Amino acid sequence: MTEEIVVVGGGTGGTVLANRLADRLEPAIESGDAHVTVINDGEYQYYKPAYLYVPFGKKTVEEAKRPLSDLLDRHVELRVDRVTGLDTDAKSVSLEDGDDMAYDHLVMATGATLDPEEVPGLAEGGHHFYGPEGTESLRDELADFEEGHLVLSVIGVPHMCPAAPLEFVFMADDWLRQRGLREDIEITYTYPIQRAHGLQSVADWATPKLADRDINLETFFNAERVDPEEQVLETMEGNELDYDLLVAIPPHTASELVSEAGLGDTWVDVDRATLEAEQAEDVYAIGDVADVPTSKAGSVAHYEAGVVADRIASRVRGQTPTSVYDGKTVCFIETGMDEATFVEFGYGDEPTMREPSKPVHWAKLGYNESYWLTARGLL
Amino acid sequence: MSDTPTPDVEIDSRGATCPGPLMDLIGKVKEVEAGTTIELLTSDEGSKNDVPEWLDEAGHELLTIEAVDDHWAIYVETT
Ligand SMILES: Cc1cc2nc3c(=O)[nH]c(=O)nc-3n(C[C@H](O)[C@H](O)[C@H](O)COP(=O)(O)OP(=O)(O)OC[C@H]3O[C@@H](n4cnc5c(N)ncnc54)[C@H](O)[C@@H]3O)c2cc1C
Repeated sequence: MTEEIVVVGGGTGGTVLANRLADRLEPAIESGDAHVTVINDGEYQYYKPAYLYVPFGKKTVEEAKRPLSDLLDRHVELRVDRVTGLDTDAKSVSLEDGDDMAYDHLVMATGATLDPEEVPGLAEGGHHFYGPEGTESLRDELADFEEGHLVLSVIGVPHMCPAAPLEFVFMADDWLRQRGLREDIEITYTYPIQRAHGLQSVADWATPKLADRDINLETFFNAERVDPEEQVLETMEGNELDYDLLVAIPPHTASELVSEAGLGDTWVDVDRATLEAEQAEDVYAIGDVADVPTSKAGSVAHYEAGVVADRIASRVRGQTPTSVYDGKTVCFIETGMDEATFVEFGYGDEPTMREPSKPVHWAKLGYNESYWLTARGLL
Repeated sequence: MSDTPTPDVEIDSRGATCPGPLMDLIGKVKEVEAGTTIELLTSDEGSKNDVPEWLDEAGHELLTIEAVDDHWAIYVETT
């Protein structure tokens, strides 16, 4: 009998996982004992980290995508369709085109989506760089923005890439200085809790840097309403902040499949080491959709994908899986247009901060270029 | 423990590290009506300071904090 392995989502996590499985299980796939399918609701994979550079004219959305058929190993079947239902008792998924597919092992790798509607006025009054259309529209807006108050407000937490909002203000500061506009543009960065970032060490490192760059910091700032007419942000704490250009990190949510299938309220509840779903047998979750106590980052999706691929490969071979995820997370942090640093940590660790440098910035740009080799499983 | 408040809503943030529990609480406070009693379970010791500080800032009431085995139960009433 063929072991059917179905991966829902062909983003960073899904492709790395499927390619790793193809590698681990090649003989079983060739003999028909195992079969790997990736279902993705589009032909392309989008590399989201590139969106950070689009507002500054350093990258385009068009360069940030590749056909999934180029990224997946030939031993993996790609199905371009949308999964609309999941029955974890019957062990099957339903597809938009009407078919049902049975699975023996299911991996949820559906990522996170943006939900600006959750905050009244945000969709009308705010910009963002977290999706393809948003980041292009922000580029056009920024290109013409010559004076006033630029506010970067972190509204949705958890959100993808916890470093990106800080990166954005550091880059905006540098970019506006280079263009001779900084004197006429005030920049404010707001964060929901009592410090500038979720991780204490990142907050301690960033706070004096924000002050050096003349970027205002507002903490305990949870926007609950945006008034697009008056251009005001109103917070749960009863404060108001005027803006001329609002760049917000919108609330995030997960595919409704998760709650409908009873896998979790929003994100999939998983064992943080094995990434097995708490509420269903033979279901795993990786990447942004999995509820683990670390960042929603591509590096996390990548390391988790390796662990789950190893676990599923062991199960298919009739062995006891031993591979576990320790929370390893690596994030580059741009601190301007030509300098960056990076942090690396595991579950419960506080990262050590390093001084930013040009080589780390080049390493981040280099990684962005070579990412497609990572997705293919070559790096 | 007769004076332990009876919660309308429970948030289990045990196992989540900072700022997980506080953010989970903020998210829940956004959803519920005024006058709701929320019980936040947290295994992160930092929550004992972070949560009251935010409640103070946002004007919600801290009812009590109880230590239970390996975690804390923080009771909050929204205003
Ligand atoms: C601006 C920005 C900057 C970032 N910078 C960094 C960075 O520097 N470093 C870093 O590590 N991370 C970064 N990230 C985060 C990183 O992009 C994500 O963490 C990563 O893409 C998560 O991978 P994933 O596989 O979980 O989800 P995704 O890559 O989002 O893929 C999910 C896939 O599932 C598909 N899908 C969803 N639902 C269904 C369905 N029902 N049926 C079929 N298909 C479905 C989607 O279309 C998508 O193709 C950044 C993100 C943003 C937005």
